[in-house]
Amino acid sequence: MLGKLTIDALPFYSWVAMGGAMVTVLGALAVMGVITWLGAWGYLWREWLTSVDHKRIGIMYIVLALIMLLRGFVDAIMMRAQQAFALNSGGYLPADHFDQIFSSHGTIMIFFVAMPFMSGLMNLIVPLQIGTRDVSFPYMNSLSLWLTASGAALVMVSLVIGKFSTAGWTAYPPYSGIQYSPGVGVDYWSFAVLISGVGSTMTGINFVSTIFKRRAPGMTLMHMPLFTWTVLTASVLVVFAFPGLTVSAGLLELDRMLGMHFFTNGDGGNMMMFANLFWIWGHPEVYILILPAFGVFSHVVTTFSGKRLFGYTSLVYATAAIGILSFTVWLHHFFTMGSSANVNAFFGIATMIIAVPTGVKVFDWLFTMYRGRIQFRSPMLWTLGFMVTFVIGGMSGVLLALPPVDYLMHNTTFLVAHFHNMIIPGVLFGYLAGYQFWFPKAFGFRLNEQWGKWAFWCWIIGFYLAFMPLYVLGLLGMPRRMEHYDVAEWQPHLIVAAVGACVILLGILCLAVQLVVSIRQRDQARDFSGDPWLGRTLEWATSSPPAPYNFAVLPEVRERDAFQDLKERGIAYEKPKKYEDIYLPKNSPVGIVVGGLGFVFGFAMVWHVWWIAIVCLLLITAALIVLSSADDNEYCITAKEVEKIEKARYRELAKAPRILLPESEEVVPGAPIQGAVP
Amino acid sequence: MGTSRSFLRALLPLGFVLLAAGCGVRDSAILDPAGPIASDQRDLIVRTSAIMLIVVVPVIVMTLWFAWRFRESNDDAPYTPEWSYSGKVDAVTWAIPIMIVAGVGYHAWVFTHSLDPYKPIASKEKTLEVRAIAQDWKWLFLYPDQNIAVVNELVFPSGAPLSIKITSDTVMNSFFIPGLGGQIYAMAGMRTELNLLAYEPGDFLGRNVQYSGAGFSDQRFKAHAVKRDAFDAWVEKVRKSSDALDASAYDRLAKPSEDHPVTYYSSYMPGLFSATIGKYNPYGMFAANSVCRVANLDGPYAR
Repeated sequence: MLGKLTIDALPFYSWVAMGGAMVTVLGALAVMGVITWLGAWGYLWREWLTSVDHKRIGIMYIVLALIMLLRGFVDAIMMRAQQAFALNSGGYLPADHFDQIFSSHGTIMIFFVAMPFMSGLMNLIVPLQIGTRDVSFPYMNSLSLWLTASGAALVMVSLVIGKFSTAGWTAYPPYSGIQYSPGVGVDYWSFAVLISGVGSTMTGINFVSTIFKRRAPGMTLMHMPLFTWTVLTASVLVVFAFPGLTVSAGLLELDRMLGMHFFTNGDGGNMMMFANLFWIWGHPEVYILILPAFGVFSHVVTTFSGKRLFGYTSLVYATAAIGILSFTVWLHHFFTMGSSANVNAFFGIATMIIAVPTGVKVFDWLFTMYRGRIQFRSPMLWTLGFMVTFVIGGMSGVLLALPPVDYLMHNTTFLVAHFHNMIIPGVLFGYLAGYQFWFPKAFGFRLNEQWGKWAFWCWIIGFYLAFMPLYVLGLLGMPRRMEHYDVAEWQPHLIVAAVGACVILLGILCLAVQLVVSIRQRDQARDFSGDPWLGRTLEWATSSPPAPYNFAVLPEVRERDAFQDLKERGIAYEKPKKYEDIYLPKNSPVGIVVGGLGFVFGFAMVWHVWWIAIVCLLLITAALIVLSSADDNEYCITAKEVEKIEKARYRELAKAPRILLPESEEVVPGAPIQGAVP
Repeated sequence: MGTSRSFLRALLPLGFVLLAAGCGVRDSAILDPAGPIASDQRDLIVRTSAIMLIVVVPVIVMTLWFAWRFRESNDDAPYTPEWSYSGKVDAVTWAIPIMIVAGVGYHAWVFTHSLDPYKPIASKEKTLEVRAIAQDWKWLFLYPDQNIAVVNELVFPSGAPLSIKITSDTVMNSFFIPGLGGQIYAMAGMRTELNLLAYEPGDFLGRNVQYSGAGFSDQRFKAHAVKRDAFDAWVEKVRKSSDALDASAYDRLAKPSEDHPVTYYSSYMPGLFSATIGKYNPYGMFAANSVCRVANLDGPYAR
């Protein structure tokens, strides 16, 4: 009746595991308690959980990412603590538990922090930047969000019921096969990845379609903002790469459940096939994550240098080149598998070639700063920190791309240092810069600058302290994933790394305090103009937060920096002659219902409760049929209502302090631009 | 202004870390190689790093310098808000990375071929053949020419090439002796190769570095490069062991065990290595070809 699920699945085997489970359960109960106390369930359900508005979906993605960042970071600091102590001793974590932690850390950080953070930023901003009212497929968008959330929920549930995988975030067979990993951990991993992968694939399809089909009149491809370009490229990569992941995790499950030996030892099973399939997804995935961050940096640099972006065309071609090249390098993840020198050299050189367009990007940001007027606001600090740090990671990456060097460095902490050196400054700093930069757009007030700066300094100092010692340890020959060790000279470096993790913890606390302080002081930091940073692209042309329809009248685009152009022509805030009725998609519970069913389905599959899994599949099919057959799925905001909303907006605009446009002597009529921010 | 000090502060951790790094790697296994393979690999790291630093250092300096020079409060710095393209600058931004990558790429091609782990090392000395089998969580070494078997200890003559054929009787492992040269995976049903050489007698740490389960942390062995006569004496010592690695001894050994002590076997079953491969690959499905050379071959490896 309940498959493999018994009372033994509860974590009574260790105090640390039980503590983790308690924190998870109590945390969830506390959140639910607060919502009940506030009486906010109805509001949440109507306005957020069933919303198909891209802005709200974006915000929910980012909330998910930040929650999971906390979980992933707890894993990280537990690993650092273990390794700091575990010289000639078992530390405080048994191997089985330590192995779950490094597996869940990687899985969570990639799939449930980086991916939702990226999806969140692109949902929030891309439709605004291209001047449209929603994405192409708003219902699918809601579905994507809730499938991603249900994947995350599966990983969280593994803390309480059963154990997570010990096979690392890449789940290499044959170790991840049923013979060597008989528990449910790998099943949690693969169903979390499979279910959220469906969500990611649909997000990719949605944004390719949205960007190609829904741009404002006049916005040619070469007028698109850089962030939109990078999201387009990343979305194309998602569509082509994610099937690789789905196939590798799916076949791995067939191996586990039906003894098929695609990848596992015996009967012709070959683990090399898994490595190839996995990294055919896995390498493009790196660029799926980092390209949108590059887009964020491009906007932050231009805005806070008060300049046009240098080398736009080069940046677009560099982005596209990276997108294509990202599919030609997957083998560099396993140079040590025994391929011939020709094959290894080919993939090594292909990998290095990616450094060319990436280098071009860094130079273009540099020359955007050149002869600018640079304001060191927190998004700009994250960007500068990225530029300085990322080139170090790029250098260690090119080193690892040399197959003979990789033979020495593969599987050591040097590799760990390298990819954190790309992902933390490159991806996470980019998303955090985007979070600080676009927060006022989403909520109508700015985040506190001082706490933002402290967060940045803690993060970057913590980063150097935590990861530079890992480069050294790699050179000392320390393998990754060591639960304990007997080489005394490693320990000082591991202690420094643990201190670094603590400094990063301070950075996370600063981000939390920043959020609380900013919400409490929101009235002093209101953004009445919708354009708090003197932005250049269309998202700043709307109010903050934007009306549900984004633009009362769709903007006409003539230039690359479309909003800057409107401001320069003095028509950025012109009142339209008349308003029209606007039709928008109605909210729908189908996304969250299917997401919930997806979670139950995944859970049932993990524990081999076949009848529940079948029921869930039938219900999902039914829900989708009901959704697809609904005829009346739009609602109308009449011209009158639009006029009312817009009138209120113009009243707000009048409150915004008027300042001069840069390098301009006259006040642009009707253009209240907020500048003098403390 | 606060921001100016902030930038100087940013340099502090960097300097500190580089200093720590400099002290730390002094006696690094990898930067203090004991054989030609590791030594060439080390030289490659140093040379290609030098090439890349030509661009990395200026980029870091330019970032900090531009940020400082063009700060908002500096009214002396020029401001050109409309300047967004220059053909010359654009050409340079593409040319510099292309040149750097061409330089490093050349090294990649040459050294990937010269340091191919499968390539036998030319030497006047006779090559020692060893077969390595990864087990949970230990290494079994077979010496076909001496017909001895050893767990978790690899002894070989210094100055003579060492040719190791590797497979796994469990999950994927990676065979690595950092002081001597790069690693290669060990995979069930398949055979990989590694050719190494130690110049002088010495003791090295060897390990599996591909995570393989609960006993992974202790899956290490000592590698001893010794003079030829010491090697011969060691072989004699192993031969005197009362244990022989027959089928039942092998089955007992293959069971998972952590931190396995060094164990000597005076002999082992003929064909053990290829039988271990054949167990997972009965039809020789993964034949060697020019692209992928993980293979199950008969012939000289049959012992």
